[in-house]
Amino acid sequence: MASQDITPVGRDSAKVSILYDPKIRGYIFQAVAVLVIAGFGYWIVNNTITNLQRARLASGFGFLDGRSGFDISSSPYLTYSSDSTYLQALWVGILNTLTVAFVGIITATIIGFIIGIGRLSHNWLIRKICTVYVEVFRNVPPLLVIFFWYSGVLSVLPQARQSIGLPFNTFLNNRGFFFPAPVFGDGAWLAGVGLLVGIAGTFLVRRWAYKRQMATGQQFPVGWTALGLIVGLPLLALAVKGFPLSFDYPVLGAFNLKGGMQVGPEFMSLYLALSFYTASFIAEIVRAGIRGVGKGQSEAAHALGLRAGPTTRLVVVPQAMRIIIPPLTSQYLNLTKNSSLAVAIGYPDLVAVGGTILNQTNRSIEVVAIWLVVYLSISVLTSLFMNWFNAKMALVER
Amino acid sequence: MKNIVLKGALAASALVLLANAASAATLDDVKKKGFLQCGVNTGLAGFASPNDKGEWSGFDVDYCRAVAAAIFGDGTKVKFTPLSAKDRLPALQSGEIDVLIRNTTWTLSRDEQGFDFPGVNYYDGQGFMINSKKLSGINSALQLSGASVCVQAGTTTELNLADYFKANKMEYNPVVFEKLEEVNAAYDSGRCDAYTTDQSGLYSIRLTLSAPDDHVVLPEIISKEPLGPAVRQGDSQWADVVRWTHYALLTAEELGITKANVEELSKGDSPEVKRVLGQEAGTKLGTDLGLTNDWVVNIIKAVGNYGEIFDKNIGAGSPLKIARGINAQWSKGGLQYAMPIR
Amino acid sequence: MVDSNLSFVRSEMLQEQTPPLAERGAVKWMRTNLFATPVDTALTIFALLLIAWFLPPMIRWLFIEAVWTGPDRSVCSTVAQGGIQPDGWSGACWAYVNANFNQFMYGRYPIEEHWRVNLVGIMFVLLLIPLLIPKVPYKVANAVTFFFIFPIVAFFLLVGGWFGLSYVETPLWGGLLVTLVISFVGICVSLPLGIVLALGRRSKMPIIKMFCVIFIETIRGIPLITVLFMASYMLPLFLPPGVTFDKLLRALIGVALFASAYMAEVVRGGLQAIPKGQYEGADSLGLGYWQKTRLIILPQALKLVIPSIVNTFIGLFKDTSLVTIISMFDLLGTVRQHFSDANWASPQTPMSGLIFAGFVFWIFCFGMSRYSIFMENRLDTGHKR
Repeated sequence: MASQDITPVGRDSAKVSILYDPKIRGYIFQAVAVLVIAGFGYWIVNNTITNLQRARLASGFGFLDGRSGFDISSSPYLTYSSDSTYLQALWVGILNTLTVAFVGIITATIIGFIIGIGRLSHNWLIRKICTVYVEVFRNVPPLLVIFFWYSGVLSVLPQARQSIGLPFNTFLNNRGFFFPAPVFGDGAWLAGVGLLVGIAGTFLVRRWAYKRQMATGQQFPVGWTALGLIVGLPLLALAVKGFPLSFDYPVLGAFNLKGGMQVGPEFMSLYLALSFYTASFIAEIVRAGIRGVGKGQSEAAHALGLRAGPTTRLVVVPQAMRIIIPPLTSQYLNLTKNSSLAVAIGYPDLVAVGGTILNQTNRSIEVVAIWLVVYLSISVLTSLFMNWFNAKMALVER
Repeated sequence: MKNIVLKGALAASALVLLANAASAATLDDVKKKGFLQCGVNTGLAGFASPNDKGEWSGFDVDYCRAVAAAIFGDGTKVKFTPLSAKDRLPALQSGEIDVLIRNTTWTLSRDEQGFDFPGVNYYDGQGFMINSKKLSGINSALQLSGASVCVQAGTTTELNLADYFKANKMEYNPVVFEKLEEVNAAYDSGRCDAYTTDQSGLYSIRLTLSAPDDHVVLPEIISKEPLGPAVRQGDSQWADVVRWTHYALLTAEELGITKANVEELSKGDSPEVKRVLGQEAGTKLGTDLGLTNDWVVNIIKAVGNYGEIFDKNIGAGSPLKIARGINAQWSKGGLQYAMPIR
Repeated sequence: MVDSNLSFVRSEMLQEQTPPLAERGAVKWMRTNLFATPVDTALTIFALLLIAWFLPPMIRWLFIEAVWTGPDRSVCSTVAQGGIQPDGWSGACWAYVNANFNQFMYGRYPIEEHWRVNLVGIMFVLLLIPLLIPKVPYKVANAVTFFFIFPIVAFFLLVGGWFGLSYVETPLWGGLLVTLVISFVGICVSLPLGIVLALGRRSKMPIIKMFCVIFIETIRGIPLITVLFMASYMLPLFLPPGVTFDKLLRALIGVALFASAYMAEVVRGGLQAIPKGQYEGADSLGLGYWQKTRLIILPQALKLVIPSIVNTFIGLFKDTSLVTIISMFDLLGTVRQHFSDANWASPQTPMSGLIFAGFVFWIFCFGMSRYSIFMENRLDTGHKR
């Protein structure tokens, strides 16, 4: 009988061979994979040790305590000299990477939002200009943009003697951008206190204004008050102490402008290139985000009597942010990773300093390991922060 | 943790290491191959650079040809591998090349790391180059305090530079690049006030700048850079071939043997010249070295003597116009001193 | 009495009038698109000023003042710089691009062997175009030829050493040739490898999954340049003594591994978007894992992510420029290498060369992105949510 025939066949086939059991197969497959990878790993480690032995190279991270012997052009936070250790040199590199990534992210976000919103403008001309910007920068390699700024623009600026003078005693030449450095005299600490008080005051005012609006419906110009507090209080503090603030102006020295503060062309071109390049991607993300908010949302807001400004600020942007943040995070990470292109123009970031150490000490494995650890940590930390921010912005449903 | 793993595997591979340490006879390999594989610079005018057609010329290149001529009697049986500063020693170590003649400084650590330096074909030292048109008042490196200095990253040059400015209590702003071409471009565009590297390199680089005549090399030499060929350690026969090729070139200059007169002199009757050129009856000097007895004749016919190579590539007869200086024969106040061929 | 003549009802239609001047044609377009509100007007004026400030000097520099032909740097430098141009002159030095064009395309590949590169290029275009046009038949045969047979033929043609062709070592390769070789190999390797990694990451086998996750996330967390450094400095250490790798091959391995990690994430996105019913349907038909994946899941998943795949290709193409940092001469590297060429070093050279290189990169990337938009529209069927 048919029904009797089918059942035993089904049972039998399940027992035919354990080789056909997907679970067993999975185990076998995984065991094979582990063996292959372990064998491969052993082979690599073995070869590496053989090679290190042959070249009489030592290994281990002990070399990081040794004297580096080389100088680094840009170390804004740490005092570094050729007597410092390799570890300190690496720290300088890490801080330089973080600096350029941080300012780059801020600038790229600002430009990106302006361009992205511009692409949705009713104004045809603005729309087209923004489209051209996006299409140009999105379709060229970032390294080329860096070289464009470095070799094409900044290195053909005039020599120090013919520096281009800009407002506020700032100068531009092929050695970089020079601006006056503030020199704080006695009592300048009060300005710092003023700044802190201003920031704290802003938070208090904001809370109070929110409460008042909830209770009475009346709004309070928080933005202007904040500006007044944060700028005004430190100024007031300075005025009380009789402006103990002077400026160290850049002046022409034997070779270059001396004094003041200086931003080298390496940093500038890296910073400008990363900002302009990444901004074109951020612009597309912003555009997609804003378009992702339904038209009904702004229409409803208008119907409630909100004007254009509050509609954007209170209705469109918060919803658009939910779409924008995840891809924005990966753009921030891309920018940070692209900052490693600094090595091509000699800005001492982590990769460039690491490369120098690699050449001086021949510790390629250790240096590469440090690179991996630092970049992975930066990636993980940025992701964690943005995930937290994203969760805060996420839709809270009842 | 990593250390433990490394040490564990290290012990395991000790046997493999011993097997590898046994050295092959490079001379036999080269003879079997039929050509010499020579590691040279990627492009340093006067020392080693290819032309549009990929033909190599230069001081180091002629040394490669001399070694090839000593072995094969034919200076063209050589192939060139252009190598960057980083790749050169690994390439020699791995056997990719037979000999490295790429203005490589002889140092203790390199000698210890599995290499041998058969001789010094160019005594060099690190110097500075400036644009004399822009910095007209400067004629000494000691006036460079506060200057921006272009230097290649990861070289001994970079370390010497730091030491020199520190020792003289001067400040400077290092502008470092990974690649030589980038350093050249930055210096040429005026990014830095001074350029530092081996003096021979400075003369060579000067030629490639957009206005070579505006640039001068300052007199200070801040380090010793004895440049010479390098071979793998543990093959003394091969090291001898390279070493005596070098001495043959020097001896020939000393005795006035040139490319033009070598044929004639070998028939002459000066006992010393005859001995060097392998014309002495029953001589075994060449064959003991693993070569033929007319090896010196072959070398000189192929490239000329040391002085000729020097003049043609980097000396008075070349655009570089480097003075012989300490590279003159010992008899003329220089350091080039050939051990006697006898 | 009713006055029948009196009528308030119009019996015939009025002739259609043209809209008032302000509501039609160019004027209306300008009113709505440029001067809708005072803010708009201000923006328009700002944009016009921007264009007026930016565009004429650019056109002057790019075309009017530019030098198109010339023997050496003198045509591109002013008298003070040792050239023939009047002081204050500034224009693009296309003569430099012109003179070095062959170098930019082929690097130092021997001139008499250029036909080999050209032949490969022609084959590439002839195979690619029918593959891109959806209407052309024999897609499978075409794709097999393009992705399997063509690379082998191209390899033998470019490297030589067989069939009487002279051997051309890879250090002689350069320019656009290297850029295209690296991108093409990167694309050919990264797609299959990326699919395997993505499947591995979605696998139910924990160890396989772990390996794939570690690989993908590590590679994605670090910059390409460190991967390239690894490939060029550490690969030799990993190999048995005496075994050396071609430098180009090292770069290829680095780029391909890097791109496959990104490709894996793109493919994973596609896999995740396939409804569970598709998997279950395939299971109920009795299909095994590989049959299911090959016949049901992958075709749908890949179709979904074609635009992202093309975007990854664009990224890969742009990333090939990074090989200049490990001393290889792709298009950008070759252009930069010639900046310091004593024959052509002038203040205008870098900018001209970079704009040329940028233009070439831009054409390729823009073309790819347009094609991806075209495909997106064409494939926009089903799974629309």
